[in-house]
Amino acid sequence: MRISVQLNDFDIGKELQLFNSADTNIGAVVSFQGIVRNNSEKSLLHMEIEQYPGMTQKAISNYVEIALERWSLYDALVIHRHGKLLLGDRIMMVATAAKHRRDAFQSAEFLMDYLKSRAPFWKKEVTKDGYQWVKSVLDDESALERWR
Amino acid sequence: MIKVLYFAWVRERIGVPYEMVETQSGTVMEFVEELKQKETRYEVAFSDLSAIKVAINQELCEFDTKLTGATEIAFFPPMTGG
Repeated sequence: MRISVQLNDFDIGKELQLFNSADTNIGAVVSFQGIVRNNSEKSLLHMEIEQYPGMTQKAISNYVEIALERWSLYDALVIHRHGKLLLGDRIMMVATAAKHRRDAFQSAEFLMDYLKSRAPFWKKEVTKDGYQWVKSVLDDESALERWR
Repeated sequence: MIKVLYFAWVRERIGVPYEMVETQSGTVMEFVEELKQKETRYEVAFSDLSAIKVAINQELCEFDTKLTGATEIAFFPPMTGG
């Protein structure tokens, strides 16, 4: 399990290469990356992500541990950035490694659903007119229901 | 003394990222009521509790959770990670 909360960008190719080769039994790796997209008015200048330093790592580890118990996985990787991010920048990535694809897909989706509304990050969209905090949507909360 | 932390727009409304508070409150809710009595900025920040989440000692909890053993309490809007 590797979890990193960091300011800097990361090389997703290198990360996956390392991740894929950790165990010769790994037959399926699912990876997801989140990217800074424009807002609906196409006025985004940049995004700022605030975090709760003491809690972030703990909360992510907690959900990664749940995933490792619930699915048959060899490993899981979560990298999440904070600070100032520009349009098109990578925000985060999740990768899960299993023998077969089903475990890898499901656990990656589980982790994404939980990271979205249970990891202490807050996104702020900055435009030329000011800024606004990104609102959580009900969908994100109801996405957790199916994992209970 | 409890370390009280605020994040995102809760932090902006309170005006500080954290503060040390002496309290005799038994639950999170009592503590919030105590803060709201202090100054208007707390009343404004805590006007709609359905929009605020709380964590004690860096773990999510509820407003009726007891403060027993709490050294750190954090208030913030619903998370928007990922």
